[in-house]
Amino acid sequence: MSAEVELQNVSIAFGNFYAAKNVNVKIGAGEFFSFLGPSGCGKTTLLRAVSGFLEPSQGKVLIDGQDMSGIGPNKRPTSLIFQNLALFPLMSVADNIAFSLEVRGHDKTSRRKRADELLDLVALNGQGDKKVHELSGGQKQRVAIARALAVEPKVLLLDEPLSALDLKLRQKMRTELRAIQQRVGITFIYITHDQGEALTMSDRVGVMNDGELEQVGSCYDVYEAPCTPFVATFVGENNAFYGKVEKVEGGKVKVQTGGSSFIGQAGLGLDKKNYKFKAGDEVIMFVRPEAISLKGNSKRTQNSFSAEVKTIEFEGNLKNIFLRSAEDVDIRFSVSSSSDTSGMEPSKNVYLSFSQDNAVVLPTGALALD
Amino acid sequence: MNSFYKKNGPVIATLFLVAIIFWLVFLIVIPQLYMLDLSFRPNLPPLLRGGPDDVYTLTHYKHFLYGSETSKDAYNYVDIGVFLDTIITAVLVTIINLCFCYPIAFYIAKLATPNTARLLVLALVIPFWINELLRSFAIRILFAGEGVINNILLELGLISTAVNFIALDIALYTGLTYAYILLMIFPLYNALETLDTNQLEAAKDLGSSTVRTHWRIVIPHAKAGIASGSTMVFMLTAGALATPVVLSSPNTYWFTQLIYQWFNMNDNWSRGSAYSIILLVVSVTFVLLMMRLFKVTIGEVVR
Repeated sequence: MSAEVELQNVSIAFGNFYAAKNVNVKIGAGEFFSFLGPSGCGKTTLLRAVSGFLEPSQGKVLIDGQDMSGIGPNKRPTSLIFQNLALFPLMSVADNIAFSLEVRGHDKTSRRKRADELLDLVALNGQGDKKVHELSGGQKQRVAIARALAVEPKVLLLDEPLSALDLKLRQKMRTELRAIQQRVGITFIYITHDQGEALTMSDRVGVMNDGELEQVGSCYDVYEAPCTPFVATFVGENNAFYGKVEKVEGGKVKVQTGGSSFIGQAGLGLDKKNYKFKAGDEVIMFVRPEAISLKGNSKRTQNSFSAEVKTIEFEGNLKNIFLRSAEDVDIRFSVSSSSDTSGMEPSKNVYLSFSQDNAVVLPTGALALD
Repeated sequence: MNSFYKKNGPVIATLFLVAIIFWLVFLIVIPQLYMLDLSFRPNLPPLLRGGPDDVYTLTHYKHFLYGSETSKDAYNYVDIGVFLDTIITAVLVTIINLCFCYPIAFYIAKLATPNTARLLVLALVIPFWINELLRSFAIRILFAGEGVINNILLELGLISTAVNFIALDIALYTGLTYAYILLMIFPLYNALETLDTNQLEAAKDLGSSTVRTHWRIVIPHAKAGIASGSTMVFMLTAGALATPVVLSSPNTYWFTQLIYQWFNMNDNWSRGSAYSIILLVVSVTFVLLMMRLFKVTIGEVVR
């Protein structure tokens, strides 16, 4: 059984500080939804409001259409996995998993049976009698998942549960979490500051900044069609060219930036319609590092510019080349490691270009801080 | 030993060693051994000590069990009665103390804001800057026939005649409970403070009631602190002197009062020593039994 979760105009204040501001989102039954945002953006606060540890200052949390106001965490059909997992160290693994059944008065044998079933589900067969501290990090993770699933919640809430794991294990657990979610078929609401986690696991992502939900969309949408400069720069890397609109033609916008003019696509607003710009508007044009390509010659063509190489960073599968354009804009340009970059050495001038289809023009706004 | 000297330098290392040896040998081992030795010797005037009559004897221990040779009773009912009363009362006081301190310690450790917690700790500590004897007298004033509590109850019309709290030993229990409250609260607080608050939330999220969360998560976590606090309160209550002297009813005797009498009023140090040793051995044995029962190790208690 899975349930739909709806946040209606949810605001959460601590004194004068608003940790969440007027958040509206509807998360479908059986969906894997992630709230993605930097630390302190209010995503954990929002999760606590769904789990019932916090009451919204304004607005409502609905689960399956039912208003949750005044219903405590022990009475909601949700289950929360804590960032530090919060397993009970003095109980065995099986007792941990079956704690919610113990609370509900199930007898010992049925508790043990259910614990064993759940251990099977998370691939920990036969580990029920171990103590929690005898398990590895990844195994503890699975015990926490099993314990949360034991109540048969309709919604599973996960508060950055993978953040303590090392990279390899984290990547493995992503795949596994997604698989478990599909097996049990319940709604997962996942909190993370790691865009990799959000993009690989989720059906949809909500990007949060400073208490506000800036954009909700599929992983592809938030990456390819960001609605705000924050989303454009928080999800993945982006190059930002500040400028003024020179001309608008259909969906195409010509932007005057420094000494040159580039053409790009008008971005999509929250209403899924292209932003309407007019000449003179202050805008930012975003171009992904991987959308830039190297030009062999210095001939000026559309959307081309020259830049000086500053440093080259090797990242395994990618090479990141950091440059400064003639107009003093910092540029990040990524190529596959196998590509030839012999002509690119620090302090050399190179010619770069990008396609107008890969440039997104958005109204000005705050960028994500790196 | 060599590495200890190398690590701390000769001056500091010597200071450490001298201080620790002085503490252990002169303040603990020698007095206790002396008392143990004394308890097995007859009570002789100074001139006869070391003479032919100064031989080891069980006479003082026998006195505790069977009374004086002229007594007609089979056993020393008076002293044994006082002793058992003392131990049972000390157990009760320890339990009452634990019941009082657990919620307070939990509140300070887990629920209060840092400022409130600091204020509460201060409010708990400040009264203990006052001498134990004075605190006992203050409690006596509160519980006296014409004392504050009786006056309030009379004023409110809850009682028609003053209650004799002293004769009922209510004043004594209150005084004893209050006397060592800090020694219960601080170990409890230390233990509870290390409990991850997420554990409480996790239990709640899984549907657990507050009582069950305490029973299954909080108390097991705080077990060592509970054992440590209870041990200290029990030992000190059983060995208390000032509070019982001031607060006990005329017909209640505390075992330490007997010991005091043998030492000071009857000038029988040997018998006083024997009675002290009995109290010490029984208290320690009782504590060790309780620790075995609740599966706590000494290492956990002194942590």
